[in-house]
Amino acid sequence: MTDVFTAQHVIEYPGGYTRSVGPVIGRFLTGLRDGRILAVRLADGRVLVPPTEYDPATSAAVAADGDHWVEVGPRGTVQSFTWVSQPRKGKHSLDKPFAFALIRPDGADTAMLHVVDCGSADAIRVGSRVAPKWRAERTGSITDIEAWLPLGDGEEPEPAALHVPADDEQPVTGITVPIRLEYTLTAGIATTRYLKGLGEGKIIGGRSPSSDDVYAASRGTDPKSGEATSVEVEVRDTGVITTFCVVNVPGLSELAPEIPYVSAQILLDGANNTFFGLIRGVAVDDVHMGQRVKAHWADELKPDHTSIQWFEPTGEPDADYEIYKDYL
Amino acid sequence: MAGKRVAVVGVGQTVHRTARKDVSMAGLVREAAQEALDDAGMAWSDIDAVVIGKAPDMFEGVAMPELYLADALGAVGKPMMRVHTAGSVGGSTSIVAAKLVAAGLHERVLTVAYEKQSESNATWGLSVPMPFAAPLVAGAGGYFAPLIRAYMYRSGAPRHIGHLVAVKDRRAALRNPKAHLHIPDIDLKMVEESFLLWDPLRYLDVCPSSDGAMAMVLGSEQVADASSGPVAWVHGMAMRSEPTMFARRDQVNPQAGKDCAKDVYAQAGITDPRRDFDCAEVYVPFSWYEPMWLENLGFCAEGDGWKLTESGATGPDGDIPWNMSGGVLSSNPIGASGMVRFGEAAQQVRGRSGDYQVELKTGRALGQAYGGGSQFFSMWVVGNQKPA
Repeated sequence: MTDVFTAQHVIEYPGGYTRSVGPVIGRFLTGLRDGRILAVRLADGRVLVPPTEYDPATSAAVAADGDHWVEVGPRGTVQSFTWVSQPRKGKHSLDKPFAFALIRPDGADTAMLHVVDCGSADAIRVGSRVAPKWRAERTGSITDIEAWLPLGDGEEPEPAALHVPADDEQPVTGITVPIRLEYTLTAGIATTRYLKGLGEGKIIGGRSPSSDDVYAASRGTDPKSGEATSVEVEVRDTGVITTFCVVNVPGLSELAPEIPYVSAQILLDGANNTFFGLIRGVAVDDVHMGQRVKAHWADELKPDHTSIQWFEPTGEPDADYEIYKDYL
Repeated sequence: MAGKRVAVVGVGQTVHRTARKDVSMAGLVREAAQEALDDAGMAWSDIDAVVIGKAPDMFEGVAMPELYLADALGAVGKPMMRVHTAGSVGGSTSIVAAKLVAAGLHERVLTVAYEKQSESNATWGLSVPMPFAAPLVAGAGGYFAPLIRAYMYRSGAPRHIGHLVAVKDRRAALRNPKAHLHIPDIDLKMVEESFLLWDPLRYLDVCPSSDGAMAMVLGSEQVADASSGPVAWVHGMAMRSEPTMFARRDQVNPQAGKDCAKDVYAQAGITDPRRDFDCAEVYVPFSWYEPMWLENLGFCAEGDGWKLTESGATGPDGDIPWNMSGGVLSSNPIGASGMVRFGEAAQQVRGRSGDYQVELKTGRALGQAYGGGSQFFSMWVVGNQKPA
């Protein structure tokens, strides 16, 4: 079997998602900032923490204010837990072994998920009494509680350091949520062959056996018939601009640092599909449909898309519209 | 149309804004769903099943949002499913919900679609660079602008046609208090002088990025007959898709769209859409997509769409108004936008469109949505009379 390329792929919105939390969760988070754990009493008498915006049983809206809001804890009881013996740096909030636990604050009927910092797995059991260790600087986040600590018989929980509100302090309405997804992507055989070809200064296409259509940068199948593009063919690095646009929006392409630039659909000679490419080496006003172009190869070829840096006009006469009209 | 009769018996919609910082995602969908339930005269317990739709999870960074939203939508203990077909999802979600009723599985189905684009940035969410894939060099507008150029070349349409649509749909939005964009002094000059983003698309030729949600309650014939208010009967519904790229694909006037229209018209007995419909709500995120979809949907011959637009036929006082609500050009919470089209079509035939109500003659309207690289299509025909 052909060796296929793999690569790491990270999806991470720069700066984190800006999550608006709504008035109910906002009040809970504002409570955390104040060093208090707030819960809501539902119509059936149950006390829910953290509050939900809607009653899980009836779907009735939970009001953001009213005397159904109650303070619970700070003491709590571990309902269940799992021991994390090898915390992962940057993934877990504690850098030493800890327990993920469901903790029911006194006065509440539900448990909340948090971390218990108790030194060893022997120091926690179902029924353990715990109390929050509050951060001194709090922002209105679930991590305003740094961890829950074991609480001995008769021991008093450490109170939260007083939160001194700024003059213009408002209730919490949003949080920033960093999310990072890491994948290992596999290119597949056809794409690997194509990329290796680019590293050799060649454009490899795949021919569909029944239609004879050639796909440059084939993914291994004919998108129309589903057949494998089993016959490998080399496509020329010249072609025609079928259509294009002049881009005046900055920051969309590292390959085109300056606006305006041209992004075009290009039909390569010998291929039956178009793809997007950058057009350079010509004034943007001189780019037009039907223009003949040639790939501009990088000085140093690599088996990736950087090998073809852009396309530029060949100076040949324009292609006849009949040649590319079915590719628009 | 195959299956049992289905009707829209309730419609709800949020106010659309750049950022709805006042609500969570749950609060956003709830706002639309509660309004739809109230409109239908129903309680949460009356609903048998919930169908939800939205565009890519990357927009908000919540995987499987339907799990988190189950209690907000009263779905606890009921069947709930999520639909995803890119920008057309609001349409396909409506169709999946309606088919649950048409199949006789449920009597009352709540369907909701939403997007909360302020939680990230849609341009980022739509074009995260992928290893091994050719780099996208121009963003979403850069994908569609070349197709618009190809349309102009093919049809000979003059450059101002897109701007006419940009003005028309923004003027329409002034009658719709829920629309995102309200630009009171919008005119051709303002569009022509707006910043050129992706030639030929100027800033005002392009849809905004919105937070918003749309909801409908679909009911069986028995439920609809018992409804105290007007209902919109579903006369036909269809979906079609095709790959983004294949040899000799017509990207300007995709076959999947033409096939979808043919199917839905056959179900509803539509032979001349311009005459048989009172109006249409069609997914037009870039102004030029009005003339392009006029042709794709068979409202005129191929190449004549721009002439129809230029004549004013698609304006509020024309013979076939399009996007009386202001359309996608005035509000675009992507995942919801398709359902807004379907729901606004239903409101028109129910006579519930307030200041942008069209005169009902045939009593039928078209809702259309598309998505991806013009590759997913969903459409329905609704009417104020029970289908035969």
